[in-house]
Amino acid sequence: MPSLSRKDVEHVAHLARLRLADDELTRLEDQLNHILDQYAVLAQLDTDHIAPTAQTIEVENVLRQDEARPSLALDEALANAPARSGDYVIVPPILGDAAD
Amino acid sequence: MAAGLRAGDFTASELLDAHLAAIRATDGSIHAWLDTDDAGATEQARAADARLAQARANGGTGGLVPMLGIPVGLKDLVLVRGRPATAGSRMLEGYISPYDAHITERLREQGAVIVGRTNMDEFAMGSSTEHSAWGPTRNPWDLERVPGGSSGGSAAAVAAWQVPLSIGTDTGGSIRQPAALCGIVGIKPTYGRVSRYGIVAFASSLDQIGPFGRDVRDTAMLLHAVAGRDERDSTSAALPVPDFAAELPASDDEAAASLRGVRLGLPRQYFVAGMEAGVEARIREAVAALAAAGAEIVDVDLPHTDYGLATYYIIAPAEASANLARYDGVRYGRSIRLPGADFIADYKETRGTGFGAEVKRRIMLGTYALSAGYYDAFYLKAQKVRTLIKSDFDKAFERVDALVAPTSPTVAFPLGARLDDPVAMYLSDACTLPVNMAGLPGLSVPCGLSEGLPVGLQLIGRAWDEGRLFQLGRAYEAITSGADWRQAGP
Repeated sequence: MPSLSRKDVEHVAHLARLRLADDELTRLEDQLNHILDQYAVLAQLDTDHIAPTAQTIEVENVLRQDEARPSLALDEALANAPARSGDYVIVPPILGDAAD
Repeated sequence: MAAGLRAGDFTASELLDAHLAAIRATDGSIHAWLDTDDAGATEQARAADARLAQARANGGTGGLVPMLGIPVGLKDLVLVRGRPATAGSRMLEGYISPYDAHITERLREQGAVIVGRTNMDEFAMGSSTEHSAWGPTRNPWDLERVPGGSSGGSAAAVAAWQVPLSIGTDTGGSIRQPAALCGIVGIKPTYGRVSRYGIVAFASSLDQIGPFGRDVRDTAMLLHAVAGRDERDSTSAALPVPDFAAELPASDDEAAASLRGVRLGLPRQYFVAGMEAGVEARIREAVAALAAAGAEIVDVDLPHTDYGLATYYIIAPAEASANLARYDGVRYGRSIRLPGADFIADYKETRGTGFGAEVKRRIMLGTYALSAGYYDAFYLKAQKVRTLIKSDFDKAFERVDALVAPTSPTVAFPLGARLDDPVAMYLSDACTLPVNMAGLPGLSVPCGLSEGLPVGLQLIGRAWDEGRLFQLGRAYEAITSGADWRQAGP
């Protein structure tokens, strides 16, 4: 099994969009490697010819009519938004300088 | 309780007040509840009383649904319109549910009284309820011990007589393990049995909602009340839901007699390393009692059980890391916008300060397992092993009607004992999480005490076979109704 370096842990934290303090990174490096060690048992199994299971009940292609129906009122839908302007949620800018 | 309401021995309002008083009296030390909705619940209880009075005036209460007027606690991840729901996390501090979950609607329609929100491990990740952002719940049997988790508040509330019924969710054991550790009944239904619309998601191929009760009949009644197809959760099954409680035998004798000729499998791999001797003794005694009452006990092998833990701790964190990506501080929930910073930094700050240690650990694990270069080695591999685990169960069910096993390898452990050792904490669910991976129903019923603390017996069934599990659980209650340990309580 691969093991995680401090740099790897920092990279995964970036992918997961988590700011972690130094002591958190140190502890996670330790704990994640310990958990990855437990994963090693899976390598003992030959699964080359086994199909993966993503879900356990045989449900497929659940469709419904494409029709308009009542939904939440705008005020209710926006009530939990951290920042709002009229009928809109204010989102952080994702284009331009701020995202570079 | 339902009979008392119908007979007019007490009103739904009196019943609610008695339970609210019990919560006020004992919850300072247990902390099973995050809040109670006294005003809303009082209104629901009055409405139930009005329905009862009307039914009496119209000639009888026979046609009323059994949940009418019964107080229920909901785990803090079930949406109740106009009420907070935090999933035990600071990330959802201040969130007010804009709509009802499917099960909330169902309970309202049937006139149940929704008492409030019960404590839980953050985002249902944990086996002790110590990972709640709002502080741990304590086990009513011993306040220095955990109630199990993640639905520890729901289990403790029922065990402490604060509420007769409650709702939890189970992704890897989060209903059955706390039921076992608190000495009550809990079932994880078949995947797809209950709609998850309006429930905060953890791992979508594993999560399932289920009830807690103090006995099998009550638990069966609540499952029937909330189960069934809902088109807003496309994984909910369009299958008929039996009236589980009504189908149970009326008398102990009849229940005990139903064990004759039943074939029960005893999976040898479930007597795991690290299992406490007292727990193993209680399970073997329970199996012997079932055999003495006429059940045929068959040794079965579930050879891939030992791979369950590793498989689960790849699949569940991977799905969680995807599900929890929605907490970005933009549309709802915690939101930190740093002056002058870009949006990535805002996300990181919001998530880094909003999630607790266990949730971050699982997001990190899941993100790593899904990341470029590791997907095949981890996630795909785990999904293949999941197939092997499921086929173990399929083979066993060719020979037996149900499986009997321990629910948890240990009794309730002391607060803090496993908090710094994630792998030890994860072992709490070694006997329950394979059942989630196969999508099967699992019922935990109390089967005695070890060191003065409750032990749970797990009954595992074929998909959609909850009715049989309730029959077996009821039969086990019947054959042990005179046991000394049944007199013990928290």
